[in-house]
Amino acid sequence: MSATAVHSLWTTAATAADPISKIDAPKIEYGQLSPTLIILGAALIGVLVEAFVPRKSRYYAQVFVSAVALCAAFAAVVALAADGYGTTKAHIAAMGAIAVDGPALFLQGVILLSGLVGLFTFAERRLDPEAHGNRVDSFAAQGASVPGSDSEKAAVKAGFTTTEVFPLLLFAVAGMLVFPSANDLLTLFVALEVFSLPLYLLCALARRKRLLSQEAAVKYFLLGAFASAFTLFGIALLYGYAGSMSYSTIAQVVDGSITNINPALADTMGNDALLLIGGAMIVMGLLFKVGAVPFHMWTPDVYQGAPTPVTGFMAAATKVAAFGALLRLLYVVLPGLRWDWRPVMWGVAIITMLGGAIVAITQTDIKRLLAYSSIAHAGFILAGVIATTRDGVSSVLFYLGAYSFVTIGAFAVVTLVRDAGGEATHLSKWAGLGRRSPLVAAVFAVFLLSFAGIPLTAGFAGKFAVFKAAAAGGAAPLVVVGVLSSAIAAFFYIRVIVLMFFSEPRPDGPTVAVPSPLTMATIGVAVAATLVLGVAPQYFLDLANQAGVFVR
Amino acid sequence: MENLIALLVAAPLLGAVVLLCGGRRLDAVGHWIGTILSSASFVIGVVLFTDLLGKNAEHRTLMQHLWTWVPVEGFQADVTFRLDQLSMTFVLLITGVGSLIHLYSVGYMEHDERRRRFFGYLNLFLAAMLILVLADNYLLLYVGWEGVGLASYLLIGFWQHKPSAATAAKKAFLVNRVGDMGLSIAIMLMFTTFGTFAFGPVLSHVGDASEGKLTGIALMLLLAACGKSAQVPLQSWLGDAMEGPTPVSALIHAATMVTAGVYLIVRSGAIFNAAPDAQLVVTVVGAVTLLFGAIVGCAKDDIKKALAGSTMSQIGYMVLAAGLGPIGYVFAIMHLVTHGFFKAGLFLGAGSVMHGMNDEVDMRKYGGLRKYMPVTFITFGLGYLAIIGFPGLSGFFSKDKIIEAAFAKGGTEGWILGGAALLGAAITAFYMTRVMLMTFFGEKRWQPDENGNEPHPHESPKTMTIPMIVLAFGSVFAGGIFGIGDRFLHWLEPITGHEEGNSPVSALTVTLATMVVLVIGVGIAWAQYGRKPVPAVAPRGSLLTRAARRDLLQDDFNHVVLVRGGEHLTRSLVYVDHTLVDGVVNGTAASMGGLSGRLRKLQNGYARSYAVSMFGGAAILVAATLLMRAV
Repeated sequence: MSATAVHSLWTTAATAADPISKIDAPKIEYGQLSPTLIILGAALIGVLVEAFVPRKSRYYAQVFVSAVALCAAFAAVVALAADGYGTTKAHIAAMGAIAVDGPALFLQGVILLSGLVGLFTFAERRLDPEAHGNRVDSFAAQGASVPGSDSEKAAVKAGFTTTEVFPLLLFAVAGMLVFPSANDLLTLFVALEVFSLPLYLLCALARRKRLLSQEAAVKYFLLGAFASAFTLFGIALLYGYAGSMSYSTIAQVVDGSITNINPALADTMGNDALLLIGGAMIVMGLLFKVGAVPFHMWTPDVYQGAPTPVTGFMAAATKVAAFGALLRLLYVVLPGLRWDWRPVMWGVAIITMLGGAIVAITQTDIKRLLAYSSIAHAGFILAGVIATTRDGVSSVLFYLGAYSFVTIGAFAVVTLVRDAGGEATHLSKWAGLGRRSPLVAAVFAVFLLSFAGIPLTAGFAGKFAVFKAAAAGGAAPLVVVGVLSSAIAAFFYIRVIVLMFFSEPRPDGPTVAVPSPLTMATIGVAVAATLVLGVAPQYFLDLANQAGVFVR
Repeated sequence: MENLIALLVAAPLLGAVVLLCGGRRLDAVGHWIGTILSSASFVIGVVLFTDLLGKNAEHRTLMQHLWTWVPVEGFQADVTFRLDQLSMTFVLLITGVGSLIHLYSVGYMEHDERRRRFFGYLNLFLAAMLILVLADNYLLLYVGWEGVGLASYLLIGFWQHKPSAATAAKKAFLVNRVGDMGLSIAIMLMFTTFGTFAFGPVLSHVGDASEGKLTGIALMLLLAACGKSAQVPLQSWLGDAMEGPTPVSALIHAATMVTAGVYLIVRSGAIFNAAPDAQLVVTVVGAVTLLFGAIVGCAKDDIKKALAGSTMSQIGYMVLAAGLGPIGYVFAIMHLVTHGFFKAGLFLGAGSVMHGMNDEVDMRKYGGLRKYMPVTFITFGLGYLAIIGFPGLSGFFSKDKIIEAAFAKGGTEGWILGGAALLGAAITAFYMTRVMLMTFFGEKRWQPDENGNEPHPHESPKTMTIPMIVLAFGSVFAGGIFGIGDRFLHWLEPITGHEEGNSPVSALTVTLATMVVLVIGVGIAWAQYGRKPVPAVAPRGSLLTRAARRDLLQDDFNHVVLVRGGEHLTRSLVYVDHTLVDGVVNGTAASMGGLSGRLRKLQNGYARSYAVSMFGGAAILVAATLLMRAV
């Protein structure tokens, strides 16, 4: 090749590159994304702590970093909300990837608080008896050691603890923060994976009953991957339909305000079959995360097998994040399809409410019972989602807030009731608990009453708001089913109360461990939230109502 | 001046709180605390009264707004007191007679170890009764209404160790519940009709409501009045209420609380005026009750029960008068006040007799007591003359006016009502003379009881006789003070309004007729109980007498119709509950449990079957979405 030819190649390449250099650098509103960025940064610091801080100090360093990060992120959320980003200044940040609006900030706040009280239960080290003079938490000494092997014994003897759980928690929280605020399908999918993968790992890390824990993690991972595949396929189909990943663009294509067709997608664009199938598949992935019937089957097994602090955190925060994403998808992307998805969601809500409540009746393990209870509650929340009104959004927001505290509190109480084999989760062992430990039993009874939706508890206020919105939104039959399933659900909640207070204690019954101030704080906050949201819900209802508008 | 009104209520309320919460430390002085606070309330009442007298008639309504009780938009309930001529009259009666009875109780309850509690209840009663008459809206009135009901219940059952007292308290409570229900329904109807329940707006907007609604409200108010004032058909509790200590009978079950129904009707006069059908029912209830009570009073040998029958009868007169509308309102209240004096005096006299006779109540075991208890005899005798309407005494002025007003109703109704009132006057003269003769005249008939204790009748202590003397003054002069020159009429007219009516007979004729029936009644009683010695054991008597001894079969009626009927209803409901409701509930629960057990099997623990379920679910979800579009 001659020098001239080489030269001309260079120059043409340079001229060809010219228009590329004119693309603007992406504009990122760091301030508005600060909650997520703080958590991600802290998670990375946590990884570095694992690498560089001596083993003995890691626990303290990790708890400190996590707590500070969660508090700082929560403060950032509050600051953003106070600055009007939840209402008047709501907009879409990060080149259309992230929405900063009322629902997003409200749910981020709830997730961060759940993360914080969840963190306290993660950090609890007084419940398990000391192993070889070392205080231990609920997590395996060394996740990689085979259960029952010599290496496990050696790890226990050496006093190892899996302090990686703290960065994992933070990564999960970061994903959850993005999930309900994701404003394009790709961000949605990335956030989904970012919070799912740490949860799979956390599920496998129980200190006791490790095989059960690992089995739960594998099931969760397999089924989660299966659901993710559906979601991804749905995303691909929607892209084919709309030629864009962005929520707002898809919404515009759905309601027909964009009609010009991308020539590369001429075969598929505007094909309603793609839209319907794709939308249903994405929704299915989200329904899997919230644990709606028939995508709920992982829930009992995973809730039972996972370390109880993880279960509590997961049950609360995952549900919040996934419902947030579901709300945004249905209200922002697919409102034009309301008449297609609403009847289907009716069906899902009905079988979820009834299925969760009915199967819970015959459960004998408290963690499985709470798992089915969470399924029934997913059904109740779906009833609010279906309302497709502003009240529907705000009632769901309120419900999620109330529910997450009650859930974490309930699972925190479960960690206290122990016998020689660790937590005594079989219901028969809870008989007569109210005689032996009246305070703990009374606190648990408060949570159960709130789950059952008895007035003066948060559960009642939430359920009332959701059912009211659903009835006003034209879903009265759904409310009837909801009330009936509440009645069924009340049966098993009250049964536990009866068992605790009106049965004779068993001689070999469990003892109630005295926790450190951390778990006490968790339970105290949960009880306070349950009662305050139940007795004086108005302020929080107003807050949720202000936050009830999605930015488009 | 209006700021004093709340103090009227506050003084006895404070007494109730202090005495009931103070504990044993106050046992020694409790009765005096109660009496002083009650008297304080009376003094404040007198101050307010002189203030009102100094004003023109149209400025005699004082209002004191304390606070807003229920500050809800569209449902405004204020704690506001209203002092006008009508409530002022009641305030003086309640606190005046109340204070005298407090004083009397100091002596009467001297040997009762729960005396402090007794005075606490009495003060509680005063406070509640004052709230009742001072309230400026029906909701606050209802508070007082329930408060006096509570105090009445507590005091009837004060000697709770006696099963009869406990039962009587329960009975009074239950029967009153029926009336209270009426009041609450009336208030609700008022709220739906007028949007408020304050006296001013309700009574001035009566014209806006349909007559049907007003009749409904008026009948419900009448039901309430029947319960509280022991009018037929809710009269059965009053006789048994005499199980309470005698001062209670005098204050609550004769002078004040039982007249609350009359107050309610007169206060709601505007509503009744606009509902003539309801007014007719009121007069019928009054006429029936005045005869009913009088007949029962004739047959009772228990001195207190005879007086209770008389109370029922006299309140019947008041209700009759109140039912006559503006013709009778003033006279209803006037008779209420004079009755408050002489009936309280009679009860206190009866209590004094019992005090001297080892708590014996059977008049057949009295006789000739005038020699042993001269003060009691004279005061009781003046009360007796007042109630039968002896010319110049209180009852003469007030009862005579009611009979005149009944005739003035006009038409057949006027004749029937007037005739009933006249007949009642004759029976009153008969049974009161009977009481008088059996108690104070004739030979002594008391015997040693089974333990050999013979009663030693004696005059009661000063604390008891002074109130009796004061009340006797009232019995003698109140009627004259009120009636001569129509003073009471002018005082109350601005509130209740007044009409003369057109009587077919002249006032003089009515008065003469009253005198004639009075003489006949006294004469028959003299023939039966004065000339002949009174048998120590009651003779079998005619069918009517026997029925009257059983309170004209009121309890039998209630038992057969209400209790038995209620039992049958309950049993059938229980049957339905057990078979149908429980069957459905248990069946549902069992089927849910079965379903749960079956659904649970789907949860088999295999990830592969979970995945299949998810896949199936996703397929259905997609298919259903597409189907929706296709449809």
